[in-house]
Amino acid sequence: MSLKNFKEALIEKIIFLSGIASIILVILIFIFLAKEGLSLFKSVHLGDFLLGRRWHPISEPPQFGVLPLILGSLFVTLGAAVISVPMGIASAIYIAEVAPPRMKEILKSGIELLAAIPSVVLGFIGMTTLVPFVKHHLNLPTGLTAFSGSVMLAFMAMPTIVSIAEDALTAVPQKYKEAALALGATRWQAIHRVILRAASSGIVAAVMLGIGRVVGETMAVMMITGNAVRMPTSLFQPVRTLTATIAAEMGETVRGSAHYHALFAIGIVLFVITFVINLIADWAVHRKLK
Amino acid sequence: MKYNSYRSEKIAFTILFAATFLVVLPVIFIILMIIQKGYSVISWEFLFTMPAKGMREGGIWPAIVGTLYLVLGTLIFALPLGVLSAIFLTEYAKNNALTRLVKLAIINLAGVPSVVYGLFGLGIFVMFLKFGASILAGSLTLAIMVLPIIITTTKEALESVPQSFREVSLSLGTSKWETIRFSVLPYALPGILTGVILAVSRAAGETAPILFTVAAFYLPKLPESVFNQVMALPYHLYVLSTQVPNVDIRLRYGTALVLLMLVLSLNLMAIVVRAKFRKKKKW
Repeated sequence: MSLKNFKEALIEKIIFLSGIASIILVILIFIFLAKEGLSLFKSVHLGDFLLGRRWHPISEPPQFGVLPLILGSLFVTLGAAVISVPMGIASAIYIAEVAPPRMKEILKSGIELLAAIPSVVLGFIGMTTLVPFVKHHLNLPTGLTAFSGSVMLAFMAMPTIVSIAEDALTAVPQKYKEAALALGATRWQAIHRVILRAASSGIVAAVMLGIGRVVGETMAVMMITGNAVRMPTSLFQPVRTLTATIAAEMGETVRGSAHYHALFAIGIVLFVITFVINLIADWAVHRKLK
Repeated sequence: MKYNSYRSEKIAFTILFAATFLVVLPVIFIILMIIQKGYSVISWEFLFTMPAKGMREGGIWPAIVGTLYLVLGTLIFALPLGVLSAIFLTEYAKNNALTRLVKLAIINLAGVPSVVYGLFGLGIFVMFLKFGASILAGSLTLAIMVLPIIITTTKEALESVPQSFREVSLSLGTSKWETIRFSVLPYALPGILTGVILAVSRAAGETAPILFTVAAFYLPKLPESVFNQVMALPYHLYVLSTQVPNVDIRLRYGTALVLLMLVLSLNLMAIVVRAKFRKKKKW
């Protein structure tokens, strides 16, 4: 084999390995989360972990029930979804179908700008503006509530939802719209009876990925939801999410302790949730192609 | 009837318009507020001196340096891997199950929560490979996080190079790699650069992945090796806002402003590069 052929073969090997690196990384992430997280279940039952109502990791004996944290994440996520899904889809429709070209560019840049702002900056701004606002205007003992978190997260999910839904709307063949207009439909009728339906798979994907973003968001949530570990009963009280628990407590745990393993076990829960969300989004996109 | 359907169109469009503005207006409001409240503390001293008096005075220089090191480290790992991975997908991969799996893995990497990357980095780099909390561990963690950004933008850039470029090159007897190296990559370079800038902006702004892998609350001196911890801008803002009581609010806004400007100017750069690239394209 000549030197040139050898070099070519070597490069192809390297490129192939880099190509499958993503698969290897996903597997490695899962292995390392499992390696550190599953040791918890030598001492704690899976049922007590997932359905336990008490998260007292440093009391004696420690209790590792993540139900309040799962519910905390659920409350904040549902609140954020209720706000961001209709507003995100409405913005996507406006940008894709209604806005004049120049306005469209300005609005799209605005959304891109939002996507670029680091979550810790939004958390900080939430602390200085949103939290006092919620406390004052809703007459609550504290503004650090699930509701404040939902509002901020709804805002943070917007770039994901708007840009993906807008792509889906733009991808609908022009002739669908033209046919509807030719039959005498108004632009709005063409949008909500024809285009929205044709783009529904992409919009489902947009919503799923937006929710994935909300579930996984850490810093802003930790800074504005109050971080109280208890079973949440209302949107207007402090809650603690899964992500915030890991971020807030990992720094203080003893490496190798049950608490340390429990935080990795929470990581597994998060990884599985986002994995499923991504699979659904991917499925929605590919359903469209058929 | 006709009149009604036009009126409902008007109402619908007004609602859509209002929703969009409710999304975009706060963005402008937030940026203007940070500029207005933060710019008064920005000075040579604030940018280039060490924090003093329990971080209640002085500057943010070590956090700026730390973020620069982390971003550089991230690129060293993520850039070659990301670009080669994109080359695999566009130039070599066949339409089979493996390729489908690679694409699915990339989508999933993009969706993994940032704090889970932090856990992974802690488990593999800090503990298992014994790098400790260090620039090396933090950079590797951030590199994996930004990998999907570099892969997808590079892939788009490679796909936008016309097939005929490859055919002409191959017909002249060059090998596949030479074709990619000399007839494809150079034309995809601006697109790759866009991806790099976006990845840098993301790495510079993320906090959760560096919490347990590199970030330090306060360090009296600058790092000396890749096995040192560093302070970082986003973590410093978090620390100032939640961990240190009685900090002058302007100091917090100043830190937020520096971070915001760093990230936004990078994004602006990406937009300019992309626009220039589109204009220059002659094929």
